[in-house]
Amino acid sequence: MLLHSYVLEAGTTPISYFPIVLQLIMALVFVGGVMIATHLLGPKRKGSDKLENFECGIQSQGNARQPMAINYFLTAILFVLFDVEVIFFYPYAVNFKILGWAGFWEMVLFVAFFFAGFFYIIRKGALNWRD
Amino acid sequence: MILQIGTYLLVEKFILISIVLAISLLVAMYSTYAERKVAAVIQDRRGPNRAGPFGILQPLADGAKLFFKEEIIPSHSTRFLFILGPSLAMLTACMTGAVIPWGDSLHLGGHVVPLQVADVNIGILFIFGVVSLGVYGIMIGAWASNNKFSLLGGIRAASQIISYELAMGLSLIALLMLTGSLSLNDIVRQQHGFWKNGYFTWNFFRQPIGFLIFLVCAFAECNRTPFDLAECENELVNGYHTEYSSMKLGFYLFAEYVNMFISSAVMATLFFGGFNFPFMDHLGLSANWITILGVVALFVKTGFFIFLFMWVRWTIPRFRYDQLMKLGWKMLIPLALLNMVVTGGAALFFNH
Repeated sequence: MLLHSYVLEAGTTPISYFPIVLQLIMALVFVGGVMIATHLLGPKRKGSDKLENFECGIQSQGNARQPMAINYFLTAILFVLFDVEVIFFYPYAVNFKILGWAGFWEMVLFVAFFFAGFFYIIRKGALNWRD
Repeated sequence: MILQIGTYLLVEKFILISIVLAISLLVAMYSTYAERKVAAVIQDRRGPNRAGPFGILQPLADGAKLFFKEEIIPSHSTRFLFILGPSLAMLTACMTGAVIPWGDSLHLGGHVVPLQVADVNIGILFIFGVVSLGVYGIMIGAWASNNKFSLLGGIRAASQIISYELAMGLSLIALLMLTGSLSLNDIVRQQHGFWKNGYFTWNFFRQPIGFLIFLVCAFAECNRTPFDLAECENELVNGYHTEYSSMKLGFYLFAEYVNMFISSAVMATLFFGGFNFPFMDHLGLSANWITILGVVALFVKTGFFIFLFMWVRWTIPRFRYDQLMKLGWKMLIPLALLNMVVTGGAALFFNH
């Protein structure tokens, strides 16, 4: 009982992550089981025309894996940059009450840096989607 | 002794996880039915009404049909990734429910059974982490299809989801400043009851703007209208799941509904008091009954948000892609930052 209550009350011990592992195993079994079941249950009548890619009934031209518009790539890169900055806010938010006004002004300074970068990419037109 | 308790814990968690997974899947199944009925009501039609009374068995019929369809793996696709994509989408959808507190503790014959699979102190970060893995499911499936429409849909989905993740993360920081904890269990317990010390206890009444941003981002994260550009049929056939058939298609569609259910539950937990309900201390019932009523309260709130998802889908037309990106980057992110600074200033000012 002692161990039991300890495990349930403390959120920091590695053992409190154990149920998540258990859920992962059960979800894996479910997903794998359904995938195998649907593979076995469905009919199999294959033909080379049937297995062609579906592109609105028009014969497909070449490989689909071609370079895409640069905007998608820029969005992904900027996401990585800004997401790291967002993550820095989380420890601050949790300790917000302890840090008080001093922490608040430092956070405002950090937000100012965030905005500086943000305005730079907007002025550069990195987020413009229309040509 | 320790071994015995370990086995007990294992069985308890096993049963709880089975129930959580079963309920998520059941709710997702009946969400498809509810969506068609809601659409029917809004468009002045009848909706599915053939399978069983009021068409209540329709989701079972749809599920069985998906199982017995031929599965097609196109000859130009990458076979392993083609199967991995929908599996990953479904797997991540099944994992997020682990840290949500579905109810208070039940007292069963001397044992205290918390109705939460894992009470970890980084609950919200866990949800964010798992949700962002869902992007891989869509992206891998889309790329593996080797179809131009799929790839474009997948890339659209990926860059939309990551863009709105920023605003979503920022909108929660203001909330976390007030709660001071990342554990969902702590956040729910702080919202006990409904009214205390002359103000509402639910976080929505402290963070209305934060909630609004979170709601919009939740719509975008779940690829729901008006943000369903990844699968807009008049431009991209069916988007990232154009090439899919059988239960692999079912997994993509199903994962969307499970995500919808989980994000509704998260919104109810973070902003609308989770399993708390008004007058819960004044009913004079035993603790177990309050817990059960709390679970019902959480499901009522979740059900309302699921209905909101459907209501919006059948009311609002979808955005153009540049409008979507403009809303995410140029409006929601600055608004969330502003909300954070104002909340921080106000909280400190009124505490002193």
